[in-house]
Amino acid sequence: MSAKKNSNMKSEMNKVPLATRVRPYLIVAPSLIITIGIMVPFVMAIWYSLTNYSFKLPTHKFIGIDNWVNMLGDSSFWGAVKISLLYGCISTILEMLIGLGVAILLNNLNNGLSRVLRVLLVFPLMVAPVTATIIWQLMLNSSVGIVEKLLNIFGVYNFPWAAAPETALMTVILIDVWINTAFIILLVLAGLQSLPKSPFESAKIDGGSAWFNFTNLTLPMLKPSLFIALLFRFMAALQEYAVIFALTKGGPGDSLMSLSLTAYQKGFKFQKFGAAIPYILVLWLIINIAAKRIVVMQRSAQKQASGLEE
Amino acid sequence: MRKVLALTMAAAMVAGMLGGCGSAAAPAADAAPAATEAADTTEAIPAADTAPAADTADAGGFDWKKFDGEEITVLFSEHTYADAVEEKLGEFTEKTGIKVNYSSMPEGNYFEKLNVELSSHSGSIDVFMTGAYQSWEYATAGNLEPLENYIGTDLTSPDWNYDDFIPGVINALKWDCVPGHQVGSGSQWALPMGWEVNILTYNKKILGANGIEPPKTAEELLEASKALKEFDGSGSYGLAVRGLPDWGTIHPAYMSLYSTWGAKDFEIEDGKLVSKVNSPEAVAMTEYWVDLVKNGGAPQWATYGWEMCGADLGAGKAAMMWDADRGGYTQNTPGSSNEAGNMAFGMVPYPESAGKTAADMKSNLWVWSMAMNADSAKKDAAWYFMQYFTSPEFMLWSGVEKACTDTPRTSVLNSQEYKDSVADAEGYYEAFSTVSQNASIFFTAQPYFTETTTEWAKTLQDLVTTNKYSSVQEAMDELKITMDELVSDLEVE
Repeated sequence: MSAKKNSNMKSEMNKVPLATRVRPYLIVAPSLIITIGIMVPFVMAIWYSLTNYSFKLPTHKFIGIDNWVNMLGDSSFWGAVKISLLYGCISTILEMLIGLGVAILLNNLNNGLSRVLRVLLVFPLMVAPVTATIIWQLMLNSSVGIVEKLLNIFGVYNFPWAAAPETALMTVILIDVWINTAFIILLVLAGLQSLPKSPFESAKIDGGSAWFNFTNLTLPMLKPSLFIALLFRFMAALQEYAVIFALTKGGPGDSLMSLSLTAYQKGFKFQKFGAAIPYILVLWLIINIAAKRIVVMQRSAQKQASGLEE
Repeated sequence: MRKVLALTMAAAMVAGMLGGCGSAAAPAADAAPAATEAADTTEAIPAADTAPAADTADAGGFDWKKFDGEEITVLFSEHTYADAVEEKLGEFTEKTGIKVNYSSMPEGNYFEKLNVELSSHSGSIDVFMTGAYQSWEYATAGNLEPLENYIGTDLTSPDWNYDDFIPGVINALKWDCVPGHQVGSGSQWALPMGWEVNILTYNKKILGANGIEPPKTAEELLEASKALKEFDGSGSYGLAVRGLPDWGTIHPAYMSLYSTWGAKDFEIEDGKLVSKVNSPEAVAMTEYWVDLVKNGGAPQWATYGWEMCGADLGAGKAAMMWDADRGGYTQNTPGSSNEAGNMAFGMVPYPESAGKTAADMKSNLWVWSMAMNADSAKKDAAWYFMQYFTSPEFMLWSGVEKACTDTPRTSVLNSQEYKDSVADAEGYYEAFSTVSQNASIFFTAQPYFTETTTEWAKTLQDLVTTNKYSSVQEAMDELKITMDELVSDLEVE
């Protein structure tokens, strides 16, 4: 009986056109190929981190966890983690605060000036980070830079900017904020313009203040957009390389040697890939943990904004 | 789902960063020839010789069209020497029938890009620019084709004249691949395009206006640099020298003075390389250097490469510069900078307090060179390119017409056209030809050059910009330990 049933099912399946039967696999195939394309280098990277792979050596061999032990025992590694986290956190917080403020102002203005500003504010995003950094390097130069001339008016002379360890991090963050705040403005502005009008109209009728509207309506409904902006910027800031490299190559001393820059130096400059890859994998781990947390927060904010929780 | 999204995005970014490291293992490098006796490269420029006639006729029936129709790829660093080559590519193709795919990129990232290309062993580049120091790393990794396979063979035009190269310069590109051995023996790994000595360039107008005589000794240089601090208001200063955390900071002025002072980077002890950066001479010199940079250098010294040094000199913000001779020369050519025409050239300031005299002046040598990729599939055509662009005729033209003043060819250096072309630069010919007598590579040849000099430059940055160390001695003691660790796996035969 059972055999007969199976035979019938098989027969019915054969009646389904081939294109229909293959379709689910075709739909999944691109995602599968992309996932494999992502995972193969990743797995290879883990393997190379366990070897002495170097451009200078004719062959490479498995050396266990030596590269990892050396990295963890190297004080410069912990310095690099600190620099990456400080850079990522401070630049992202500043960009979020400034971006949110400017986006709200532009949204409220909504006149000809705001339309012009929206175009102008995007300009830094159109400049390659290295180019932007070189422009800032010239502007901050104590011999010929315009910023030095402005500071002279206030009695400040020869401000060291990136040339001193105490001010170097601040300088690269300043340039990062100049380049990337526009990204936050764009995302937040899009979020603001997609908010429903009716809650604000009701609040207006009830005499709600601007602060009340912002804290009780705008911010909760805008949170999902804010978390998306936060996710992209924080991940990018943790990986930052271009601004630091173009400005100081990680100096003075090791003061700006982030995880990305340390990995670059060991891999491409010193040609020791086996030793460089653990730094990148640690960076990946930090980014992964941070991204997961932000996504959870974004999902929760989305539910709140949709009235699914409360 | 969002977790998966976040994970995938993070993985995608990391995968992107790792994209360049998934290549197969490098093939065995057996290019290192047997050890030979070390040779002294400090050879004087030969006495004036008759320049070969700038005759492009094919001597002895040399067949320049032998590889007609072939195509080679060339990667150069953006530089005056590269500009001159680029201008003559059409003529080269016309003469040989060899098509050249030429690309160049700024020096800042050039070697990193080259490292990736060479390590892939794909032969994607046939000819590239390199320096003597980098050739130590490339030669031991098997990336360079030994050029004795071509020099003097029937693939070389009789007009090319290998013996016309200045011995100290051509020998700087020979090495037996034994760490610790001096350059000058072993295979010829590259051919010189131009070379640079590191001398003092000063703005005679600024020095004159401030009543300062051009410094001849290290002590006079320190005094002058301090006196010229803010000579033209905020941001102006006495002496421009490099300060970025890489080898470029060590090799020009610092290494020249370091050697003049009598210090060495490494010595061979019990079959190992041992760092000598904490020797009394090295510490005394570095103490002087830190004082010089702190009190007479650029306020933002730690961010200065050669471009910024030259720009400040040309803008009249730096009164003096101690760097490659051509850096100052370039700022002096008409129309090149605000201060063009005001430059004059000194020599290597020597430390009288350390008992040194003008006879002890040493200038560390930099040689921009042309090398052939060992993985090239078109080596014969590549050699035609190399010999054409290092020929006496081309170098006379580039030296006279294209400001490639640091010519590696004796015939050009001694030619009247060349002397006339540099005559306007006050003291240049005298400085170049005098310092050249004691110019050499004062680094110990070893394949960890980049690492050791990067650590060295970082230590200098820490000494100048922080209070990390209580003394220069402490910093150099720590640097010695780091450098010893970096070269610990090298066995010196």
